[in-house]
Amino acid sequence: MRVPYSWLREYCDPGMDPAALADRLVMTGTEVERIETIGPSSAEGFVVGKVVSCEKHPKADRLSACIVDTGDGERPIVCGAPNVAAGQTVAVALPGATMPNGMKLRKAKLRGLPSEGMILAADELELGDDHEGIMELDPSFAAGTPLGEALPLGEAVLEIEVTPNRSDCFGVHGVAREVHAISGAPLAADPWADDAPADGKREASDYASVAVEVPELCPRFTARVFTDVTIGPSPLWLQARLAAAGQRPINNVVDITNYVMLLTAQPLHAFDLDKVPGGELIVRTASEGEKMTTLDGVERTFDAETVLVCDRNGPSGIAGIMGGQVSEVSEATTRVLLEVACWNGTNILRTSRMLGLRSEASARFEKQLHPALCIRAQRIASRLLVELCGAKMVPGTIDVAAEIPEPRQLTLRGERVSGLLGMTISQGEQKTYLERLGFAAEPDGEDLQVTVPPDRHYDVTREVDLIEEVARVHGIDEHLPTTLPSTGEAVGGLSREQRLRRRAEDGLRDLGFDQVVGWSFTDSGEAERLRIPSDDPRANPVLLANPLSEEQSAMRTTLLGSLLEIAARNVARGTDALALFESARVYLTDLPTGRNYPHMEENRPVDPLAGHFAGDQPAPFVEPQRLAAIGVGSLAQRSWRGGGAAADFFELKGVAEALAAGLGAELAFAPAEEPFLHPGRAATISVGGSSIGWLGEVHPLVCRSWDLDAAVAFELDLAPLIAAATLGEETYEDVTTFPAVYQDLAVVVPAETPASAVREAIISAGGDLLQAADVFDLYEGEQVGEGRKSLALNLEFRASDRTLTDEEVAGLRERIEAKLGEIGGTLRG
Amino acid sequence: MLERIEAIRAEAAAAIAGAGGSAELEELRVRYLGRKAELTGVLRGIAELPQEERGQVGGAANRARKELEALLEARGEALGASELESQLATDRVDVTLPGAPPRPVGHPHLIARTTRLIEDTMVGLGYHVAEGPEIEHDYYNFTALNHPPGHPARMLQDTFYVQSHPDVLLRTHTSPMQVRSMEAKPPPIFVVVPGKVYRRDSDATHSPMFHQVEGLAIAAGLTLADLQGTLLAMCRALFGGDRQLRLRPHFFPFTEPSVEVDVSCFQCGGSGELARGERCNLCKGQGWIEILGAGMVDPNVLGFVEPHGYDPEQVQGFAFGIGVERVAMLRHGVPDLRRFFDNDVRMLEQFS
Repeated sequence: MRVPYSWLREYCDPGMDPAALADRLVMTGTEVERIETIGPSSAEGFVVGKVVSCEKHPKADRLSACIVDTGDGERPIVCGAPNVAAGQTVAVALPGATMPNGMKLRKAKLRGLPSEGMILAADELELGDDHEGIMELDPSFAAGTPLGEALPLGEAVLEIEVTPNRSDCFGVHGVAREVHAISGAPLAADPWADDAPADGKREASDYASVAVEVPELCPRFTARVFTDVTIGPSPLWLQARLAAAGQRPINNVVDITNYVMLLTAQPLHAFDLDKVPGGELIVRTASEGEKMTTLDGVERTFDAETVLVCDRNGPSGIAGIMGGQVSEVSEATTRVLLEVACWNGTNILRTSRMLGLRSEASARFEKQLHPALCIRAQRIASRLLVELCGAKMVPGTIDVAAEIPEPRQLTLRGERVSGLLGMTISQGEQKTYLERLGFAAEPDGEDLQVTVPPDRHYDVTREVDLIEEVARVHGIDEHLPTTLPSTGEAVGGLSREQRLRRRAEDGLRDLGFDQVVGWSFTDSGEAERLRIPSDDPRANPVLLANPLSEEQSAMRTTLLGSLLEIAARNVARGTDALALFESARVYLTDLPTGRNYPHMEENRPVDPLAGHFAGDQPAPFVEPQRLAAIGVGSLAQRSWRGGGAAADFFELKGVAEALAAGLGAELAFAPAEEPFLHPGRAATISVGGSSIGWLGEVHPLVCRSWDLDAAVAFELDLAPLIAAATLGEETYEDVTTFPAVYQDLAVVVPAETPASAVREAIISAGGDLLQAADVFDLYEGEQVGEGRKSLALNLEFRASDRTLTDEEVAGLRERIEAKLGEIGGTLRG
Repeated sequence: MLERIEAIRAEAAAAIAGAGGSAELEELRVRYLGRKAELTGVLRGIAELPQEERGQVGGAANRARKELEALLEARGEALGASELESQLATDRVDVTLPGAPPRPVGHPHLIARTTRLIEDTMVGLGYHVAEGPEIEHDYYNFTALNHPPGHPARMLQDTFYVQSHPDVLLRTHTSPMQVRSMEAKPPPIFVVVPGKVYRRDSDATHSPMFHQVEGLAIAAGLTLADLQGTLLAMCRALFGGDRQLRLRPHFFPFTEPSVEVDVSCFQCGGSGELARGERCNLCKGQGWIEILGAGMVDPNVLGFVEPHGYDPEQVQGFAFGIGVERVAMLRHGVPDLRRFFDNDVRMLEQFS
C-alpha cells in the first residue's frame, strides 16, 4: 500500500517528518518497507508561469517558440507540446532546477532559438504518466508562484506492507487512524460524514434493479445512479494523488472509484448504465465454463463457484475482482451506476486464485470487508462525482443486504492485560488507545466493555486481540520488561536417541567424512538410474502435486542418489577423493520388502528416528532417519610415504564397524543383493538379527550414470542401530585380577565358507571363556590347495575367577577344532 | 700354573682393550671364556690337581675369569655406544619432508552445526528437543494453527502438496509440532523443534527446502516479557553477549500478540556505521537485523488441544521460529542461501 504523505496529513498530521513517522509505525506494527520521494528532490527553480505568446518555431514543425512570464520577467522557452497556447497558466522549470531524473536544466538553444527553461508535462514531475501535453494550472496562481503551492512537488510516499489482518490499512484513512492512535495527533472528521445532494424526482430504483441470488456470497450490494455525467480527465490534484499511490489516471469516473478505494479500502465499480439493458443487475454464480472478457481485454472462463454481476444478457463483471468490457465507462458515458458491494472474502480469494487474476479490489475483498463500509464509500464517491463530473445524483440508494453483523462487544479484563504481557498498562491508557483506534470503551470496574468498529470487525474478535492493540500502541519495545520464565519441574535435555544420533554423526565426521545436506526432493526417475526395479517400494516415492520442476518432484526413498549427485558435482569441480555422509530422513510410501523394520511398527512409542512422532495422528508417511556415507577415491590422504589407494568394500566396512563400535553396537554383514551395488561386493548390515541397511561398492553402471569412476557406500536406519547401542550403559568388567591366555589359530576351510561362519563356530565352541576371536590373516594359494583358504585368528581366553590352566585351554581348543571340523575346517600347522 | 693363568689374563685383557667392534669382542669371549678356552680347561681340571694346589689355582683362575667377564662387559658397552652413535649418524632422514598425514577428520555441515548450537542453547534454558514429520497433515500445518480455510498463507504457490492426497503437504514451518507436542504431553511444556521445512519458492533469497527451529513454552502465567527474556538469552548465545533485542508488533495467525524480532547488529554494534563512517553492509545501515518471528500462542491454537489439558484461561505461553540458514549466514558471512545446498567440499571444509 502506497500512502502519499500529503494525503495522509489531510486526515492526521503527526507533526513529524516521514522518516520519523515510519520509525514509529514500524515499532507499532505497521511495516514501512521504504519511503519514496516522487518528483524533484528540491522545489528550487520550479515556478508557475503564464504563456504570454506562442508561435510556431520557424525551423521545426513540432516546436513552439513561447514567451513565458515567470514572475521575474519574461523569458523565451521552446516547447514541444502540441497543446501549448498563449494565455495558459503552466508549470515551469527554470535553468538551475534539478529534474526528478537528476538532470540539471541549463539555458540552451533549440534549433537556433534560445530557451531559458521548460514547460512541464505531468510525467516530467512524476505526477502521472501523461506526456500527451503540458499541464494547465488553475489560472488564479500568479506568475512566479513557487510551483509547490500549486502542485505536490517532492511528495514522500510511505510504502506500507499491510499484514493480512489489517484490511483497514489498505486505505489512506485507515492508516491515518493508525497514525492518530500512535501519535495522539488529532484525526480529521470522517470524510464520509457528508453525503452528496440528491437531484431529480425519480428514484434510483426507477433506473436500475439489483437481484442477489447468492446472499451468502454477497452480504451487501449497494448501487447509486448518476445522470448528466461528463467524462473527462480528472483534475491535476486527483491525478497526482493516484499516480503517487501507484494508480494510473484514466478518466474522472474511474479515477474517483480508485481514489475512494485508496482512501477507504472499500473497492467500488462504475457501470455505464446505458450498457446495462433495463438497468437490471443480477448477482449469481457462474455456470461451469461460462465466459466473459474483463476490462484488461482477456477472455476469462469461470467455474461454478465464481460469483458474477450479470445483466439480462450475461456476465457484466466478476464480483469483487474485475469488471467486464461490456459495461465499461467510456468517453460516451453519461449515466453511471455506482456499485459498492461486500463479498465473501474466502470466495474472492478462491476465484482470484483459480483465474490467476489478482486486482486492487480482490486484494482488499479477500481480507473480508464489513458490509457497513459500503455506504461510506458511496457517500464520498457521490460527492466527488457531483463535484468533478458535473453529475446529478438520483435520489435513493439501492441496497440489497443480507443481515449486517451487529457490532462486536468484548470485555477486556484488566488483569488479563498485565497477565499476558508482563507489563502494566493503566485502564485510562487502555481506553485512550482503543478509542483512538476507533473502538468504544466503557470502564466496568477494572475491566473495559469494548465495542469493535466495523472496519476491525473480522480482525478483533477476542479479548486477546484487544490486548495486542493496547500493547502495540503503548509501545512494546519501549515498555516491555525482560524476564525469564521459571521452567518449574521441567528439565531440559536431549533424548538418548538424539544424543546417540549426534554421536553417530560425530563418529563419521571423526572417521574422515564431511557432512552434507542434500535435497529431500529428487527426480522421479532416480529409482531407474539406481536400477531399482519398478516393483521395489523404493521405486514408488511420495510424489508432489505441484513440484517446482521435474527434478524436484519426488521425495527421496534413499540417501544414495543425493550422495552420488553431490559426489559427482564435486568430482566435476576437480576433487578426486571424497568422503561424504548425510544424516537425514527418507520418505516411504510402503515399508521395503525383505527388510525387517520392527522399529517402524504401528503403536510403537514415540521415536522420531523411526518415524514415530508425538501427536494424536501418525505421520502420513513413514520417515525413518538414515545415516549414509559414500567414499570416492582414497579416504587416506596421499603423501610421499604412499597411500592413495581407492576406498573399497573393506575400507568402508571398517568405517561402518568403527561407527557402530563408537555407539557400543556390533554390526553383522552377510552377502546381499542390492540393484545399485556390485553383486559380488554388497552386504546387508544387521544388528540383533534384523537388517538395518546395506554396504557395498556401487554398481559400475550406476557410477557411470553419475559420471563417477567408482564409489563405495553404505546406508542404514539409525533407529535400530541406536536401539542396539550400549553406549552409556556399560558396567565394569574385571580384567586385571586374572591374566588372559592369547593363542593364534589357523584353519583351512573351503574357499566359499564365509569368515563369519568360521568365527561363529569358534565362538560357539569357545563358550564364555573365549573373550575374543579376531581374523588377522587370510591366505589362499598353493600351500592350502585349490578351492580352499586359510584364516588365521587371534583367540583370547580369560576367566574372571581364576587363572586358566594349560589343560583348560587345550580342552577348549580341542572343542573348537571339533566344531570347525563340522564346517569342513582343519587346523593348519 | 699360576703364571700361565696370569699370562692368559694379561693377554686377554690386552686383547679386550684392543677390540675394535662387538663381533671381535664376541670372538675374544669365546676364545678366552668359551667351552674350549684354556682358562675354562684350567677350571675344569682343578680336581685333577694336587690337593694343596687346588685352592690357589682355583682362586686365581676364578678371579681371572671374573675380571675378564667384567672387562668384556665394560668393553662391550663402550663399543655398543659408539657403534650406535655411528649407526644413528648414518640413519638420517630429511626432516624437511612433510609429516605423514593423519587420517583427515571430516567436517560438520554448517546447518547441522548451527542447529545444534540453537538446540544446546535452548536445552540450557530447560527445553526438550522434539521432532515431527516433514510430510504433514494439513490439519497440523494449518487448521490447528489458526489458519482458517481460505487464509492467504495456504495459497497454492507457497505450499507443496502431495499427489493424490489433497490434505497432505510438505510442512511449511516447524510449527505443526507445537500442536503435536501439546497433544502428547500436558502442560507445562518447554520444547524446541528443529527440522527441514518446505516452501514453493526458489530464488536468490528463497530455497524450496530450508531449516527452522521452533520454540514452544506453555505453562501457567508465562508472559510476553518472558518471551523477550528467552529470546534475548538465545540471541546473545548466537550473536554475542552484548546484543540487544527489538520487538516489533506483527501478525502471525497462530500467535497473538505477534512480534518480529530484530537483534542489534553485531558488525557495527547497532550504530549502522562502520569504523570509517561507511554504511554497515550487514544491517544495511539500520543497526538492527531481523532475525525471527514470535508471539504469545493464540488461544485458538490452545483451543485445538484443550482436551489435552490446555485451557486458554489456565495456561498460556509463547512460540517462536528462527531460520537456521539465516543464523548461519549472519554468523559466518555466507552470502547466498543456496551455497548451503551446493555441498561444495571447498566450502564444507572451511567449517570444523
